Amino acid sequence: MAVPVGVPERQAPGPTTAAAGGRVEGRSLPQMAWRRLRRDRAAMAGLGVVSALVLIAIFAPVLTWLNGYSPTQFNPGAIDPALGGVPKGPLGGIGAEHWLGVEPKSGRDIFSRLVYGARVSLLISVGATGVAVVLGTVFGIVAGYVGGWADAVIGRTMDVLLSFPSLIFMIALVAMLPNANRPLLLIVVIGFFGWSYVGRIVRGQTISLAQREFVEAARALGASTRYIVFRELLPNLAGPILVVATLTIPTYIAVEAALSFLGVGVKPPTPSWGQMLSDAVDWYQVIPSYFVLPGLCLFITVLSFNLLGDGLRDAIEPRGDGS
Amino acid sequence: MTSLLEVEDLRVRFSTEDGVVRAVDGVSFEVDRGQTLGIVGESGSGKSVTSLAIMGLLRGRFTVEGSVTLGGDELVRADPDFVRELRGNRMAMIFQDPLSSLHPYYTVGNQIIEAYRLHTGATKRVARKRAVDLLGRVGIPQPEGRIDDYPHQFSGGMRQRVMIAMALACDPELLIADEPTTALDVTVQAQILNLIADLQEEFGTAVILITHDLGVVAGVADEALVMYAGRPVEHGTLRQVFYEPRHPYTWGLLSSVTRLDREPEHRLRPISGNPPSLIDVPSGCPFHPRCPYRMLPEPCSTEVPEYAPVNGGHLVACHLSEQERTETFARDILPRVQSSVRKGG
Repeated sequence: MAVPVGVPERQAPGPTTAAAGGRVEGRSLPQMAWRRLRRDRAAMAGLGVVSALVLIAIFAPVLTWLNGYSPTQFNPGAIDPALGGVPKGPLGGIGAEHWLGVEPKSGRDIFSRLVYGARVSLLISVGATGVAVVLGTVFGIVAGYVGGWADAVIGRTMDVLLSFPSLIFMIALVAMLPNANRPLLLIVVIGFFGWSYVGRIVRGQTISLAQREFVEAARALGASTRYIVFRELLPNLAGPILVVATLTIPTYIAVEAALSFLGVGVKPPTPSWGQMLSDAVDWYQVIPSYFVLPGLCLFITVLSFNLLGDGLRDAIEPRGDGS
Repeated sequence: MTSLLEVEDLRVRFSTEDGVVRAVDGVSFEVDRGQTLGIVGESGSGKSVTSLAIMGLLRGRFTVEGSVTLGGDELVRADPDFVRELRGNRMAMIFQDPLSSLHPYYTVGNQIIEAYRLHTGATKRVARKRAVDLLGRVGIPQPEGRIDDYPHQFSGGMRQRVMIAMALACDPELLIADEPTTALDVTVQAQILNLIADLQEEFGTAVILITHDLGVVAGVADEALVMYAGRPVEHGTLRQVFYEPRHPYTWGLLSSVTRLDREPEHRLRPISGNPPSLIDVPSGCPFHPRCPYRMLPEPCSTEVPEYAPVNGGHLVACHLSEQERTETFARDILPRVQSSVRKGG
């Protein structure tokens, strides 16, 4: 069981530092965690890349405007129909005109598609994580704090969901459901199958927190259940939830890529990294860059989120043994 | 006039997989404004459960019987929301471990302010002023400067002072202190007990002090209630319980207190055996298996002794006759505990 967040004697560096003038300045636990995180180089690198990705995703239209090619625009001039649609020029057409080359056959600009692909990846993974975190937190707190039959029902539901071969089920479900809003559908389906991971962590933390004396003390002061949940439990759960959310996002990026790769995720012409990988499979001998670039994007994104998540965990739940 | 708090034949049972735990079995007492009642007993004697039952803070599968009235309001059968309104407002509690009783995420000022606003609906400004005032009253130096500090920046004794400030935020009529000094070192213990006594005088609060430390009770209580296996065994004024104790269990407790002001001519005399399981309480007098003065087989192992007055308000539950008790105490116990009780610390 993880050390509960906010046990002051476990805080690794001294909780206070003498400031100028000898006055000892108080820091809240989030402030202390942030200071620890800032000392973690790998986590800060992860945070840097993640921030850059978020900016890229937000400003995707600006980037493609600079580039001059929309991600769905066909560019017959950039490919050679005589050679079966292979991009003109070396390395899949990489050059000043098309910065990362073009797709074979269609001639769509790969840079633009990758940039918009980041948008889709982040939107779906963050959205699905949001769904999973909200469901998991609500059900986890109810199960942990109410206990009894609520715990039994929610606990068994989580067990069932955890034991599901969820990827296979998602493939079936996504293929079956109507096509109206694909990203939204993916967000709901992935989030629904994922909340039990968050739920289990929140439930366990809630049970241990509810036994803590400050919760008892709040009850002794006449605090209502709502007050205890929002003011006593949630602030302490925020750390573990943040960590699990940060580590869930890369998983869902991979899930979205896998679904798109298998053809049941994001539908063309909306670009997605997984879908690009799938398209590139036929061409990897001819244009390796077409295959490598989306793969590299996935790899860097997932790695950065994981580095950040691990760093956050160390910062929020220090063990004092350097692990 | 009736007392502020009246507890009448309180019984608390928990149903567990192993059977029914009779955690509290027929406890009655009264505490009035400005009075301090010390409840003494070993671990598992039901003293904490008694206080939690009064506060309505019991959790799990339990049943409470009997009656608890605070200022005329019945609490045992009352609506939980009604009792919640009273908590922190008319009755408050401080706990054993001041470190874990404060929320690590909020500044101490914030926590006192919340406690005050919860019941009074005061504005933040007013509540903050009140918090500074309270911190000063409980002896925190420079309260304006410390109000925005976090709990980990305070020492154990200071944290307990903060807890007391929180508990007193709404001027409660009743304060229950559950082993308030157990986690503190001895010098700080004395300070905290003096603080509680001073504040009690100032606010006229009724105090229930729960402890296993007889010295603590001797220091601050007006009356003492000794509990064993969920039952009251002796109850009287401080003087009665410490100078004329009538129950063999109380004798045992007094004999096992460490003494600094006396030659160590005896080893400490612990009470032999262990406290009984509350699922399987011994028949008759629950203390009889450990009692050196028991009369076997009858009546000690067969009949529950009557909890009866010996003189005035002094109540004892023991089968020994008053004469036997007086003689035994004078012969066996008094020499061991002489001058032992004025210590209080």
